[in-house]
Amino acid sequence: MHYESPIRNPLILGDKSYSDITNDIARPVESKAPRLWWIAFSIAFIMFLWGLGCIFYTIGTGIGVWGLNKTVDWAWDITNFVWWVGIGHAGTLISAVLLLFRQKWRMAINRSAEAMTIFSVIQAGLFPLIHMGRIWMAFWVMPIPNQFGSLWVNFNSPLLWDVFAISTYLTVSAVFWYVGLIPDFAMIRDRAINPVQKHIYKILSFGWGGKAKHWQRFEEVSLVLAGLATPLVLSVHTIVSFDFATSVIPGWHTTIFPPYFVAGAIFSGFAMVQTLLLIVRKIFKMEDYINIEHIEMMNIVIMLTGSIVGVAYITELFVAWYSGVEYEQYAFLNRATGPYWWAYWSMMTCNVFSPQLMWSKKLRTNLVFTFVISIVVNIGMWFERFVIIVTSIHRDYLPSSWSMFSPTFVDIGIFIGTIGFFFVLFLLYARSFPVIAQAELKTILKSSGENFKKHHGDHGTH
Amino acid sequence: MGHTKHNPIIRAIFNDDDIVLDAVKDLRANGYNVSEVYSPFPIHGLDEALGLKRTRLSTAAFFYGLAGLFFASWLTYYTMIMDWPQNIGGKPNAMWFLNMPSFVPVMFELTVFFAAHLMCWSYFAVNGLYPGAKAQNPDPRTTDDHFLMEVELEGEETDLTAKLQELGALEISKIEA
Repeated sequence: MHYESPIRNPLILGDKSYSDITNDIARPVESKAPRLWWIAFSIAFIMFLWGLGCIFYTIGTGIGVWGLNKTVDWAWDITNFVWWVGIGHAGTLISAVLLLFRQKWRMAINRSAEAMTIFSVIQAGLFPLIHMGRIWMAFWVMPIPNQFGSLWVNFNSPLLWDVFAISTYLTVSAVFWYVGLIPDFAMIRDRAINPVQKHIYKILSFGWGGKAKHWQRFEEVSLVLAGLATPLVLSVHTIVSFDFATSVIPGWHTTIFPPYFVAGAIFSGFAMVQTLLLIVRKIFKMEDYINIEHIEMMNIVIMLTGSIVGVAYITELFVAWYSGVEYEQYAFLNRATGPYWWAYWSMMTCNVFSPQLMWSKKLRTNLVFTFVISIVVNIGMWFERFVIIVTSIHRDYLPSSWSMFSPTFVDIGIFIGTIGFFFVLFLLYARSFPVIAQAELKTILKSSGENFKKHHGDHGTH
Repeated sequence: MGHTKHNPIIRAIFNDDDIVLDAVKDLRANGYNVSEVYSPFPIHGLDEALGLKRTRLSTAAFFYGLAGLFFASWLTYYTMIMDWPQNIGGKPNAMWFLNMPSFVPVMFELTVFFAAHLMCWSYFAVNGLYPGAKAQNPDPRTTDDHFLMEVELEGEETDLTAKLQELGALEISKIEA
């Protein structure tokens, strides 16, 4: 029952026992933070504070402090919102879709990928809230009976669909993550020596004891949550794309948007997982668990989704021409050759050309190359959203309204602040949570561990 | 899987999942009642070996999802059609059914929301899991690399301990009921 074909590479390297896995995964939580962690945390925290200042300035003074104008009335805020939501998608894809497909390699990365999902959806959620202006009225997006007779929210609006999609996504991802974390918190609780630490992990672990019936329910709940999260993750970016697709702006009014956005989301999310995990495995010495096999798999996903995105870009151009609508044709001609040509071609280079280099096995198993590409991809995906949003609206039907967008320091500050906030959360997580789903990982040790596989190879199957 | 009140419990500690699984099968075949196994990770096939019934949580999740779907249908009907109908973008609002296509996203999201959250609450409730609960495992090593089996003692104690030792138990202790 523990046999796996020798053709498959081992997922856990070295001569590991169950106890080694426990020790390796508890170590970052139990030991002192490395100096590199403090440096990274300080930088992230300063960025976060800077962003917080810019948010307070925006709320105190008004949206006028942003670079928006009458023509370009949606710019960095929605670009950042879509970018962060997209990044979040890879976490759910890894933990839910790869669970349904029984991909064992997900087990080394799903915990951190889900953490990334939750933290990036938090960043995404900030932007619509800030853009409301009067953030203390944010509860008006909920269908709550009120004294206006009752004036309800508009269920025909894609912006309201977004409210439901993002809040469902955030909360369901959080419980999915937490259900998986409970047995691992119990592991830390049971070996904690410091009484304060023991007490904290006692609270977090909910009293988990690993009874047979509980494990049976655990597996069932994980499977059903994966089954629910899979269509959920596809729906979230679909609904985000509806914000644009249901409008009548040339360049936005496109039926191709939902699959195109979902592919782009997975593409950018996997790139962010790569960026984060290449650092985590190095700092916390997890190379045996997150090894070249995992990185190559993720690079293949990046290559595949990057190609889908490329096909979508070209389809968009073709359909604009084929539609025969001159406004539609102009919108796309203007994207590629107008004043924002540099944004369009940055997007094309980063998203369409760069992932094609992953066809080379040598390159996709190279760590430095992977790290560079993972950042390039996320720069490209930010430009994609910027191109879709700003270039479509900066040329109005009335040439007298034509304008450009230039961000103010507040636009830039809030964006940098969310990057800081994201890393603050991720770095705190990496120091206090088990960064690998160790209980799940132990179930594949005998089939995918290097020492056990070697043993099977020497002695045949049994 | 509650223990019978009157029988003492024999606890045996193992250090390998395959040995535990074989031991459970062997003991049950010999008429012993294995009342509980604590393990650091899910052991494939252990629930069947112990004779546990399938969990009904997934069935519950289906009905929770259905409840979410009905709630979303009622909510959109009440707010958009009954309480304050408005002509929004020329969408027909005389009947809920005609306006329904634009409610599909919200209906879907609420279905998932109800199914996922209520299922997780049920999961915590039936497992007795809550913040700050006392650890359920009698030995802290069972979240690391050890496996603890509880067997009800009905016959001679020496027979059972000998059997457990033969099956690979590392430590054996007796708990009075």
